Amino acid sequence: MERKYISQDSLKTWLSKLNDEGKHIYAPVAKGDKTDFKHIKSVGEISMEHIQTTQSAKAIAFPRTEKLFSYTKNKGDVSLQDYDSSVIPETVVFGLHPCDAAGFRPLSNIFNWGTPDTPFNERMKRTTLIALSCSQCDEACFCTSVNGSPGNTEGSDILLTKIKDGYLVEVVTDKGKELVSKYENLFDAAPEVNKEEFLANVPQKFGLEELQQRISNMFESEVWKQQSARCLGCGACAFVCPTCACFDIQEDNKGSKGSRLRCWDSCGFSLFTVHTSGHNPREVQSQRWRQRLLHKFSYMPERLSVRGCTGCGRCSRACPVDMNIAEHLSSISKLENVEK
Amino acid sequence: MNNEFEPKVVAFVCNWCTYAGADLTGTSRIKYASNVKIVRFPCTGRIDFMLLLKAFANGADGIIVSGCHPNDCHYTSGNFHARRRWILFRSLLDFMGIDINRIQFSWVSAAEGAKWADIVNKTVTNIRELGPYMEYRRAANFLEANEEELTKELARNKEEEVKHG
Amino acid sequence: MAELNSKVKELFEKDLIDIFIGYEEGTRNPRPYFAYSAQDADNLVFNDKCQGNLAVYLTRKDLVGGKRVGISASYFALKSISQLFDENQLKEDLLIVLGMKEDGSILEFKGLDEIRTYLSEAKAPSKQKDDELLKELSEMSQAERWQFWSDELSKCFKCYACRAACPMCYCTKCIIEVNRPQWIQPWISTQGNMEWQINRVMHMAGRCSDCGSCGAACPIGIPIHLLTHMMTKTVAANFGESNEQGNVLSTFKPDDKENFIL
Repeated sequence: MERKYISQDSLKTWLSKLNDEGKHIYAPVAKGDKTDFKHIKSVGEISMEHIQTTQSAKAIAFPRTEKLFSYTKNKGDVSLQDYDSSVIPETVVFGLHPCDAAGFRPLSNIFNWGTPDTPFNERMKRTTLIALSCSQCDEACFCTSVNGSPGNTEGSDILLTKIKDGYLVEVVTDKGKELVSKYENLFDAAPEVNKEEFLANVPQKFGLEELQQRISNMFESEVWKQQSARCLGCGACAFVCPTCACFDIQEDNKGSKGSRLRCWDSCGFSLFTVHTSGHNPREVQSQRWRQRLLHKFSYMPERLSVRGCTGCGRCSRACPVDMNIAEHLSSISKLENVEK
Repeated sequence: MNNEFEPKVVAFVCNWCTYAGADLTGTSRIKYASNVKIVRFPCTGRIDFMLLLKAFANGADGIIVSGCHPNDCHYTSGNFHARRRWILFRSLLDFMGIDINRIQFSWVSAAEGAKWADIVNKTVTNIRELGPYMEYRRAANFLEANEEELTKELARNKEEEVKHG
Repeated sequence: MAELNSKVKELFEKDLIDIFIGYEEGTRNPRPYFAYSAQDADNLVFNDKCQGNLAVYLTRKDLVGGKRVGISASYFALKSISQLFDENQLKEDLLIVLGMKEDGSILEFKGLDEIRTYLSEAKAPSKQKDDELLKELSEMSQAERWQFWSDELSKCFKCYACRAACPMCYCTKCIIEVNRPQWIQPWISTQGNMEWQINRVMHMAGRCSDCGSCGAACPIGIPIHLLTHMMTKTVAANFGESNEQGNVLSTFKPDDKENFIL
């Protein structure tokens, strides 16, 4: 892995040049007390003060609503306009944290499970992730409990770490190299620093091993009911999550034209599993909460060899009734009387 | 071809008064603007507020909602209920910046053929001045990854519209 | 606070309730908590950092169905409880309500009538900030208001936290889920998001306690509680504060005043 250094000013220049090239740059922009990824027009809009953006960066590759194809009916004939990947712009996501960058792997495994998903893959192909290590964290962060870290390079194309008045640049992938080599003169040689010194100290909340041993064997546990009692059944946790990928297919139909849309959905909604007959296999909230945790910590590791959680803590921050996921996981990891 | 803007107006009317009134306009051979498409309901109390939003979403530039005068409802109180709903609905739309000048409410009885013609003509003239109601329709475009672009595009289109009249 | 704990303890010891709905200490702010025993009662807290409206749990069948329930209720929760009674969603003999006053003292209500009397006399907590925002918005031009709301609502991702957090949103099938035919667009568009909010607010008209939980629940911070706040004010201005006759939109007066119908 190549290590370089870039000063604060050069970083701005670099991003401006990438913007001038016609790349769409998504970066954290603050509005009120919330910060979120926005398509920026100038580097001045970028905010670096936040601990975590409200939403993850997943919408870059998995938009809230996406047109999969459209069709036109003409006197018995149907003409199909397939997914058009040519309109997807070259994109740079700047300033996402390592937990967000790591989130693209579970997403990618989901969208390539069986049939590779064209829209997702085409978007990823055109996206470069310039992540930023965390120098601060809050009580919701728990990346270190799920094998992540505030300076983790996994998933990023380039990882910046703030050191004094500039940034340590770690060029992780070829995609990252491309962005750097084009503007080589903006970068200097990396100074001899211990990166760890500049990272936030994210305390470990639970032992992953202990959790993993228990969670796969407690489908029938009473814990789900206790934990989910206050859950209101909204979709906030799923929608802010960097790895939640459930979607719903909808038809936007008008007259003889229409298109098929893919929209975000959440396993926390009571209607998520309702059958046409009216039967609902997940009738109560405790079953949905169980599904959420088991999917992330049992089914995904087993079937997709990747955990569905990167410890970003967004769900805990977004929840109107403080369903703190780290707290719940930690209590599960300490359970006794579970068959291991 | 004539490029002049022809407003599309949808009228939601009750069966017993305004629909009969509009019928009378026709049988009395009173001429009035042909821009209006009438949708007949059993009662103004049945006119769900969503129908008005659907009309705007699907291309209406203006809307007329009309029924029996107070105390004349075929079902005794349907129009009183409707009136309450409209009072609240109208102020909510206004608060959200949806153009309430494009919705005309009226009471037209079965005997008021001339009043119906008058209401339609006035509304059509009014909407002609206001122009097509693009903002609401455009907001129907679903938003891909980012919302800002759409807002910017809206602003651009608006500028162009102003430029080209 | 100790008063609350001992009071709830007493309720459990006298075997008057099966479950008590209150708050416990949470990550940043207190969060909803359900006590099932006198011992649990020690965990209860109530202070001005308590958010949301606990009345939302009173219609949750899987939680309280058939149980004798106690609840610590803020002014707004009391309003919601009173409204839920009006809508036949609660049983008087299964509910014990402890009103929590802003100064921390507890009001014990003996039945619904006492709650109603209290509400008719008590002053609603001030909503100065919301009132200011409301004024600011109403002074804007229509185009500016459109800009404001289309901007805000374009951010909505339809998690329906606003609906989930609302005590009045207890329908088993919501209007948003009516899909034969599709009534409100389920996908994300500014227009569909607006239609959802318009529906929500219209369905709340005259029923809303104005607690602002919808806005507080919104994970992306869209000020949707301003819509319900505005609606509450409009209802009061047009049809009066009390709705003794029944819900505002299911009743009427022949002399209701308007100035826009020709």
